[in-house]
Amino acid sequence: MSDALVEVRDLKVTFMGGARPVRAVDGVDLTLARGEVMALIGESGSGKSVTLRQLMRLNPERKTHVEGSIRVAGEDVMGLSSARLTHYRGAEAAMIFQEPLLALDPVYTVGAQITEAIRRHERVSKADARARALALFERVRIPSPERRLDAYPHEMSGGMRQRAMIALALACRPKLLLADEPTTALDATVQIQILLLLRELQRDLGLSIVFVTHDLGAAVEVADRIAVMYAGRIVEEGTARDLIRTPRHPYTIGLLKSRAHGALSKGSRLEAIPGSPPDLANLPPGCAFAPRCPLAADACRAAAPPALDVGPGHRARCIRTEDAAGLLMTQAA
Amino acid sequence: MLAYLARRVLYTLPILLGVSLVCFALVHIAPGDPLSSVLPPDASADLQRQLRTLYGFDRSYPEQFAIWIGRALQGDLGASIASGRPVATEVMRAVVNTLRLAVLATAIGFFLGGLFGFVAGYFRNSVVDKLASMLAVLGVSVPHYWLGMVLVIVFSSQLGWLPATGAGPGGSSDWAWDWAHVQHMVLPAVTMSVIPMGIVARTVRALVADILSQDFITGLKAKGLTGFGVFRHVVKNAAPTALAVMGLQLGYLLGGSILIETVFSWPGTGFLLNSAIFQRDLPLLQGTILVLALFFVVLNVVVDVIQSLLDPRVQRS
Ligand SMILES: Nc1ncnc2c1ncn2[C@@H]1O[C@H](COP(=O)(O)OP(=O)(O)O)[C@@H](O)[C@H]1O
Ligand SMILES: [Mg+2]
Repeated sequence: MSDALVEVRDLKVTFMGGARPVRAVDGVDLTLARGEVMALIGESGSGKSVTLRQLMRLNPERKTHVEGSIRVAGEDVMGLSSARLTHYRGAEAAMIFQEPLLALDPVYTVGAQITEAIRRHERVSKADARARALALFERVRIPSPERRLDAYPHEMSGGMRQRAMIALALACRPKLLLADEPTTALDATVQIQILLLLRELQRDLGLSIVFVTHDLGAAVEVADRIAVMYAGRIVEEGTARDLIRTPRHPYTIGLLKSRAHGALSKGSRLEAIPGSPPDLANLPPGCAFAPRCPLAADACRAAAPPALDVGPGHRARCIRTEDAAGLLMTQAA
Repeated sequence: MLAYLARRVLYTLPILLGVSLVCFALVHIAPGDPLSSVLPPDASADLQRQLRTLYGFDRSYPEQFAIWIGRALQGDLGASIASGRPVATEVMRAVVNTLRLAVLATAIGFFLGGLFGFVAGYFRNSVVDKLASMLAVLGVSVPHYWLGMVLVIVFSSQLGWLPATGAGPGGSSDWAWDWAHVQHMVLPAVTMSVIPMGIVARTVRALVADILSQDFITGLKAKGLTGFGVFRHVVKNAAPTALAVMGLQLGYLLGGSILIETVFSWPGTGFLLNSAIFQRDLPLLQGTILVLALFFVVLNVVVDVIQSLLDPRVQRS
């Protein structure tokens, strides 16, 4: 047995029901060790949220076709009975969302929403649940926590709401925290506070975190490893350091280049690289990035490249990683 | 909260004044002599003048309005020209009858409409949804007097289960809480309930569909809630709007459906208005409209207050 908490193998998520099936996730492999933080980056529409939601089986099951396997703490998530699933959601894995104002119920107080989650999973009295909610609010450093427990989501500021959302997510002591762009909707200064809070909680509680971000700076700051997604696939994955210093996939290089001379200041965002993302309902047979890739060759368009080791713990889905390294050099000069 | 309530009540005062003014004006703008219908054609000019003075029709309109309002504030709405009885008594009896019917009809309509709406909103585009939507459309589009007559034919004439007309045994309009009286309410209330049912069903379906598509539903599932746990949240989110719609429907039904009350000879406000109009009974007409408008305004305040109590997002400051 490995000490991996999350093991995703060849995950494919296809949305049916539209005019054509949309393959939002197309063969994702993901391994997350206990206590590890992974950042998932990529242009919007590349399947990051769908991947995260699938880890909790939150994609609409009736119109979604899912292949592959997801194991979390040794359990087969796709095969969970509905009773086990409700336990898993909240007590094993929890999720925080981009816009907490929309992700919290507007007509219940945040305190009520936290105690509801606690009492859903554990047999505790209302008073005890409230005491725990209060402790959580203190833990995420919400000022005057007693009073804020009785506030409605719309009565809090964006930063406070996200803290409350984090408190809610941690209410039942999950091992895995999934964070979908937790800071995108916030002001720059608040973003940093929330990131620091997440990192602190992760260390203190030994959490494993997968978090989606647009902010490469944030990814480097917080994550142990970074995975880059493109058109439903992880095209490159490695330690944060390797990925920034020696990116091997032309898409990753494009992402880095599109930032002002690779300066990794916090808060700066990914710029679009030339060309537009592919239509997920109509993917090319080969590498999905080929139409935008400066190095694309016939072989790239013929078949989807496999994930190749390009260094220890560093993999890229590209057959031209040698030349890609050169691509980076010319740009840096 | 108290300040909000006080302000909300204060706001209704100008509305009430406006309503009574419109009420007075509407009735007086209508052409024709109000006394002509009660006086014999060969009445002497002297008698005419006497009656005119008695009812105050010889004064100027502003004077008439001031006197009418002044008395109304003391609960005196004048006397009916046709029957000579105090308008206040007549109106209140009719209002109570209509209120009883309207409350029952709204309750039935709200319950069924809410049920259909929820099922349809939860299982959108399923067979159940189509069925519920069809019922809702039927509810708002079927002519009620026609439905009333069909119900009478089936349940009174054919089956003989329920009385066809009236508000009580032997045509009495006094009320008592026994089966002899309640059975008279069944057919008119069911007929009337079809209107709020359709509207509530449509509203609730749209509400539920919208709520279920919101992000926080995913949030609820992410913390382990399922079925009933999520349902509770949907209900609480839908409640303020659904109750507001119900309150307004009750308000409309209070006006009494003239057609339904006529079909069932129900001694309510619709019935009363109908006869007041045809007999050109001005004091009765004015009084009835005023009381109904008052009810409507008060009901609106109550709905607003309840909604603000239920929905934390409504600004109370
Ligand atoms: N419930 C859904 N039904 C149909 N298509 C969906 C659904 N959820 C996401 N998609 C599609 O999947 C693709 C990936 O979306 P997403 O994972 O949200 O991207 P992002 O990387 O920006 O988070 C998009 O093209 C989106 O339209
Ligand atoms: Mg997303």
